[in-house]
Amino acid sequence: MEKDIKILVVDDFATMRKVIKNLLKQARFENVVEAEDGVAALRILKSQKIDLIISDWNMPNMTGLDLLKAVRADSDIAQTPFLMVTAEALQENVIAAVKAGVNNYIVKPFTAETLNEKITRILEKIG
Amino acid sequence: MDVKIINAFVDGTVSVLKTMAFVEPKAGSPYIKNDDFAHGDISGIIGLAGSFKGSLALSFSSTCILNIVSNMLGEQITEINNDIIDAVGEITNMVSGAARKNLEMDHLAINSSLPTVIFGKDHKITHVMGGPSIIIPFETDNGSFVVDICIGEENHSKPPGD
Repeated sequence: MEKDIKILVVDDFATMRKVIKNLLKQARFENVVEAEDGVAALRILKSQKIDLIISDWNMPNMTGLDLLKAVRADSDIAQTPFLMVTAEALQENVIAAVKAGVNNYIVKPFTAETLNEKITRILEKIG
Repeated sequence: MDVKIINAFVDGTVSVLKTMAFVEPKAGSPYIKNDDFAHGDISGIIGLAGSFKGSLALSFSSTCILNIVSNMLGEQITEINNDIIDAVGEITNMVSGAARKNLEMDHLAINSSLPTVIFGKDHKITHVMGGPSIIIPFETDNGSFVVDICIGEENHSKPPGD
């Protein structure tokens, strides 16, 4: 059965957005919207209710960390759970993301099962 | 080139393709490449700097990359298009990230640049260190690809910022 939450996938690579959407579909998360960068993501977040953000770290103009900080600074959307996607789990990056209020992070490459586990853990924690 | 560096890239490559594309590539015996020509139809190349300087390229045959990306996206792709070009960049980036994670365990700290994708008949790979490079050939059920690495001497200075 389809899981009833709306997920925003943010990545500058269209193909990576498709890959994540495909993995989410395998995990039965079918309600997915996409943004090609942080600016587009903020526009979507201001215009519709999003239950979870999955964002790449390394993006031009506005990094995933910048997006996370912008979300947490905006009282209308500050509570939105945030899963950061990175190509490497550098300790300094993880610390910066945790300080900025990330809910969890996932290191590429990852399977649909791992993605599902991370999302489930975040949703359980926030109740 | 130190075998631990080669192994880091072999393991990183297998891990990325197995996880993201459900493809289990089999590595062949490494050999030295003395020219600039890519051993494939489309290549992703990424610069490496830190404990050593160099570059990593992945060159795929058309049939191989079409199968890999079709698996990644869950849809059949039959020609080299923007999805394939994007995916080659992303795969190169992920292999670099996975290999660097492996190298960290050997206390080698490496950063990478953004990947570039090149394609076309007889396209060339220009490595940062000039060459020669080490080729690690891989076979999949749907064609071949190579990992093409060229690395300079190790240095023990702090890696540059990310």
